[in-house]
Amino acid sequence: MKYLLLIYSAPQTWSALTPEERARVVREHSALERELTESGEYIGGSALADPEQSKAVRFRDGSPVVTDGPYLEAKEHLAGYDMIDCESMERAMEIVARNPHIRLGGVEVRPLIDPCGLEM
Amino acid sequence: MRLGDVNGPSRASEVEDLLRELLPHVLGTLARRWGDFDAAEDAVQDALLIAARRWAVEGPPDNPRGWLITVASRRLTDQYRQDAARRRRETTAAAMDAARDRVSAPADTDPTAGDDTLFLLFLCCHPSLTAESQIALTLRAVGGLTTAQIASAFLVPVSTMTRRISRAKQRMAVDGPTFGPLSERDRDERLRAVMQVLYLIFNEGYTASGGTCLQRAELAAAAIRLARLVHRLLPDEGEAAGLLALMLLTHARSAARSRPDGALVPLEKQDRGLWSAAEIREGIDLIEQTLPRSLVGPYQIQAAIAAVHSEAARAEDTDWPQIVALYELLETVAPSPVVTLNHAVARAMTDGPQAGLDMLAELGSDGRLAGYHRLIAVQAHLLEMRGDRAAARAAYRTAARRTTSLPEQRYLESRASALGPEDKPEVP
Repeated sequence: MKYLLLIYSAPQTWSALTPEERARVVREHSALERELTESGEYIGGSALADPEQSKAVRFRDGSPVVTDGPYLEAKEHLAGYDMIDCESMERAMEIVARNPHIRLGGVEVRPLIDPCGLEM
Repeated sequence: MRLGDVNGPSRASEVEDLLRELLPHVLGTLARRWGDFDAAEDAVQDALLIAARRWAVEGPPDNPRGWLITVASRRLTDQYRQDAARRRRETTAAAMDAARDRVSAPADTDPTAGDDTLFLLFLCCHPSLTAESQIALTLRAVGGLTTAQIASAFLVPVSTMTRRISRAKQRMAVDGPTFGPLSERDRDERLRAVMQVLYLIFNEGYTASGGTCLQRAELAAAAIRLARLVHRLLPDEGEAAGLLALMLLTHARSAARSRPDGALVPLEKQDRGLWSAAEIREGIDLIEQTLPRSLVGPYQIQAAIAAVHSEAARAEDTDWPQIVALYELLETVAPSPVVTLNHAVARAMTDGPQAGLDMLAELGSDGRLAGYHRLIAVQAHLLEMRGDRAAARAAYRTAARRTTSLPEQRYLESRASALGPEDKPEVP
């Protein structure tokens, strides 16, 4: 099963960290990523630029309208994502439990939809 | 274009088929002799590449199997020689040089050929590996698929699949099985693991055809090929015959399972003229020969159920009482919630939807299938049979939200919509 791990973070939480604490978060996350790469469970992922650089596009009155900032205004923003392919939701939970970002905001785990299926 | 190229493509694909057929035995032999699966796999891949190039031009040698074993053994010897960290193995390499002359004995008459292939399958399906690793390793080492083919079938990047395979090979090096003879109990256990892996591969490949899923049909074909191989090596194993029959009888429905736009077609609505008569014939013959002769097991029973379905010219001709009897047998031999779920459908067909719904109610309280979309989908189906449209529609919608398959979601949504519009909210 493939899962998208959405990493949410509150900017003030992140900026309140000391440089050492930040380095530790980055180190722990990289180590986890390396381990999942080794085990053949890691598909990809990346940190995302500050939501200040986001643009949201909607369709209004017959044409696209662009607004600055994220699609949804919220205390926490989407700071990054990982995509994994692992045995089960239980295994995904095991992996996410070790993601340092759960201490700073939270991680949402979303199963991907498979393009194939079985007759029912 | 030179005249010689006229037969090029067809010869190349003949060579490819031949190499694919020889691979398990060659790799099994080397892995067994050297006790180093990882290195053996690399050496055999090299030998296959050389053979593919050379045989496509010159045609295969008289003893292609012996040729491959000799070339791969030589590669392995050279590899060890070059490998400074493996100096200690020089003694082995020297011994292998002597052994190499024996290797070229006509392999077709080699009584250990089947053992080597089985050994390789046992290795790839070793219990210390995760299911994902077992599948990947089996497809590559025994099924002859490239890493890129396996990756695209599972919709993951090649780099991810490469890691998965090399990780599995490393694991083999650490806690691979012993090379001695297996006790009967161990052998049976290993064989069960192999069949389980082949069935997983088959089910992964037996998904709706068309679009992105075409890549995956390759897996069903590979699983059938490997099940044939196991059945050929172990003709007296009833379950191996049952597994092959089950795959053939299921695969026979491939063309009828989905419409050109990818929409799923349920069993009772399928155009049975599209079912593969050849696969049905072979599957039925297999299961009819096997059932009376061997200890009955879950694969044989499931194959028998598939055979009953395939013998009905129209859905309404299905011999449901016989299917119910077979599910009762399956419940005693290999009980599982999924078996009970399918049993409930059959019971609804013989004793009416309420009988099926009662079985599901019991299943729902067992907890192992809690929230499982197929359980809810079956519930919806039986509610619809009972004429309970609103409850059926709600259950179809719930099942649609619970599935992680796009075609299944579309199918469940369409079943819900077919039951009429949602009840309108009260307008004040």
